[in-house]
Amino acid sequence: MAIWLTRLAMDRWHKNQTAPEHGAAKEGAETHPLALITETAHGPRIDAVNASACAIGVQPKMLLADARGLCPHLRTAPSDPLGDLAFLENLAVWARRWGPWSALDPPDGVLVDVTEVAHLFGGEKAMLEEAQTVLGRQGLATRLAIAPTAGAAWALAHFGPERAVLRAEDDGAQRLSTLPVAALRLDPDILLLLRRLGLKRIGNLYDIGRDTLQRRFRTHRAPAANPLVRLDQLLGRVPEPLLPVAVTHAPLVQRRLMEPLRHRSLLDRVVEDLAEDMARELEGRGEGARRLELGLWRVDGEAVIRQLEMAAATRDPAHIIRLFGRKLDDVDAGFGIELVRLRAPWCEILPLSQADFEAAAENYGTGLAACIDRLTVRLGKHAVRRPDPHASHLPERAQTWRAPLDKAVLQEEFGFHARPLKLLDRPEEIAVLYATPDGLPRRFRWRGAVHEILRVEGPERIAPEWWRERSSARLRDYYRIEDGEGRRYWIYRHGVMGDGRGQDRQGSAPQWFLQGLFA
Amino acid sequence: MALALALDGMRAEGTDLNSSHDARNILWVQDKAAIRLSGRPYRPGFPPELRARLIHVAAKTPEDALFALEEGLRCRDLAFVIGEITGNPKALGFTVSRRLSVAAEKHGVPLFLIRLDARRDLSSARMRWQMHSTASPPSCWNAAAPGTASWRAELFRARAYRQGEWILRDDGKHLAAHSPAAAQKDHGDLADASGDGSLAQKSNSA
Repeated sequence: MAIWLTRLAMDRWHKNQTAPEHGAAKEGAETHPLALITETAHGPRIDAVNASACAIGVQPKMLLADARGLCPHLRTAPSDPLGDLAFLENLAVWARRWGPWSALDPPDGVLVDVTEVAHLFGGEKAMLEEAQTVLGRQGLATRLAIAPTAGAAWALAHFGPERAVLRAEDDGAQRLSTLPVAALRLDPDILLLLRRLGLKRIGNLYDIGRDTLQRRFRTHRAPAANPLVRLDQLLGRVPEPLLPVAVTHAPLVQRRLMEPLRHRSLLDRVVEDLAEDMARELEGRGEGARRLELGLWRVDGEAVIRQLEMAAATRDPAHIIRLFGRKLDDVDAGFGIELVRLRAPWCEILPLSQADFEAAAENYGTGLAACIDRLTVRLGKHAVRRPDPHASHLPERAQTWRAPLDKAVLQEEFGFHARPLKLLDRPEEIAVLYATPDGLPRRFRWRGAVHEILRVEGPERIAPEWWRERSSARLRDYYRIEDGEGRRYWIYRHGVMGDGRGQDRQGSAPQWFLQGLFA
Repeated sequence: MALALALDGMRAEGTDLNSSHDARNILWVQDKAAIRLSGRPYRPGFPPELRARLIHVAAKTPEDALFALEEGLRCRDLAFVIGEITGNPKALGFTVSRRLSVAAEKHGVPLFLIRLDARRDLSSARMRWQMHSTASPPSCWNAAAPGTASWRAELFRARAYRQGEWILRDDGKHLAAHSPAAAQKDHGDLADASGDGSLAQKSNSA
C-alpha cells in the first residue's frame, strides 16, 4: 500500500497552528492564501502552498517576489523539511497498524507491506477507506493505492484514480499504461528527455520496445535514471529492495559524577560499574554487544569518545573492562571528567550462558572470541585475520583475508597442483641463468646469494585474469625448484619470449620473479 | 633457509593434528621482519586439514608478537601456536621465554617458536632444534622434480632427550626420521617425541 500525503508540509503547519486554539482559527487559515517558504541564495522560495493560494496561481518552487506579484496579501511562514521528515518517520511506524513493516518514501510518502493482510480489514477497498478516514482525522490529505509492487502502488497513488486497487491477477501492464511517465519515479532530467522524445504515457514505452530503451539508457545505472529498470520494477520483473523503518534503542548506561575525576584508578572504577550495568541491561534483553562506545565528558567542555568492536557478541564485564583498559591509556582528563557514558550501538542476540570470568580464564584459558578481542585491541583490526579462498586461479588472488571469526564465503576451493607454504607479499625480482630463454632455469641470484638449481618441475603456465586486467598483462610460467641445499622456491618467468607485450617490445628478455617458499 | 624452518613447526604438529580430529584453530604469529623475510602463510599451500583453521597475526614489533603468542597460549580453543620472530630482539629474553613455556605447559597449548636468522641464546624451551633444509629424495614420478621436503634437524638442547641429529621427512602421514649417517631406516618416529602436547619447542637457524 502506498500512502501519499499530498499536502504534508501544509497539513503539518495547520496542525501545529491550530493545536493551541483547538481548531478555532482553522477555517480562516484555510481560506487565506498561505505559502511556506525557505530562504535561498536568490531570495525566499515557496515550498508549499494551500488551496486558496493555489487557486490564485501561486505554485511551489516559485520565488516569493513573483508570488507577491500575483497575490499581494499572501501570508508566509517558514517551512520545516526536517520536521516533516521526522513526522513522516513517526507516521511510517504508526502505519504499521496496516501491515507488518513499512518503509519511508521521502519526501511525502509511506509504503506499507500489506501482503495477506487486507482480509483482516474487510478487503482492500475497505482498508483503503479506513486508512484515508483515520489519516483524515489527523488532518492529513492523502491519496492511497494498493498494488502488487511498490512501484505500481506509488504510481497509482500519485497518478491513478482515488483509492485504486490493483490485484495480482489483474493485467497490471494494461492498467498502468495510461499513466504518465512521471509515474515511473524518474529524475526530472530523464523526464524532460522522455518528453522531448515524445514519450508521454507508460504505454508509449511498451510500444517502442525493450531493445530501444536498453540501448538508449545503457549508460544509466541508477534505477531513477533508467526507465527500463523502473518499468521492470513497476511490473515486478526485477526486485526492488526497500529499507524498512525499524525502531531500535541502543542500550545506554551512564554515571554523572559529583566530583570530577582526574585519576585513572577512579576512572577504571567507574568504567567497571558501567560495564556491570551494561551487562545487566544486555542480559535483560538477551543480547550481547558487538560495538561499544565509551564517552567521557570533561568539565572544560570537551568530550572524548572511545570505540570498541568485538569479534563476537559479549556482555562479560571483565572482558569489557580489560579491553577498555588499553584504550583509556591516552585519555587526557584535563580539569576532570564529570560524565561517563557507555553505549552499545550494535548488539546481537546472545543467549544466556555460563559467564566467562577472569578467574575462569586464568584457570581454564580464554575463549577464542575473547582471545581475538584482546589481540585486536592491542594490534589493530587488520593485524588479526584469517586467509579465505577466493575464486581466482591467480596465486596472489587465490586467497583473501577476512576477520577471524567470519564464516567462509566460498564452499569449494580450487584444487591447485602444488602451492608454496608461504607467499611473499610482493614477488621479488631475481636474476636467472638459463640455457635458452624459454627453457629451464639453471641458477639464480636472490637477496645477494647465488642458488644453484638442482631440481626443477615446470613450467605451470598461469594466464592473467583476462576479465580484470588489460590485454597487455603477461602470462607467467611457474617453476617449482630446489637448490643445492634442499631449499625449495616457487619462481616464475613473467611473459613468454616473443609475445609482444611488456618488456618484450623493447627486445629485452623476460623478467623472473620469486614468489613463494615451499615447505 | 627461511622456508625450511617455517614448516618444521607445521610438520611436527601436523602429525599431532591428524590423529586428533578436532576443529580447533591454529594461531600463526609473525613479526614484521619475518613477513618481509619469508612471506605470509598461503592457504592453498597448506595441508588440507589445516587450511580452514588458520588465524594469522601480523605484529609490527617483536613485543607485539610475543604478546600475541602469550594470549594465544592462554586460549583454550587453539590447537597450537606458531610464532616467527626474526633475529635476537631484546624483548625475547630468558624471562619472556620462561613465561611462554610456563603458559604453554599450564594451558596445554603447544608453542612452536621459529627464530629466523637468530643466534643461539638463552631460552627456556623444552626442546631446541636447529633446522636446515637438505636435498630431497627423488620423486617417484619425475626424477627431475623436487621430492618430499626433507630437513636436517639437530636437537641441541632438550630436557628429557638425548641430543642428536636426524633427517626428517614428512611422508604425508607422519614425520619420519632417519639417521643422517646411513640410509638405514631408523625406528625413530618423531611423533612420540613431539606429541606430548605441553612441550614448547624452539628451533634456531643460522
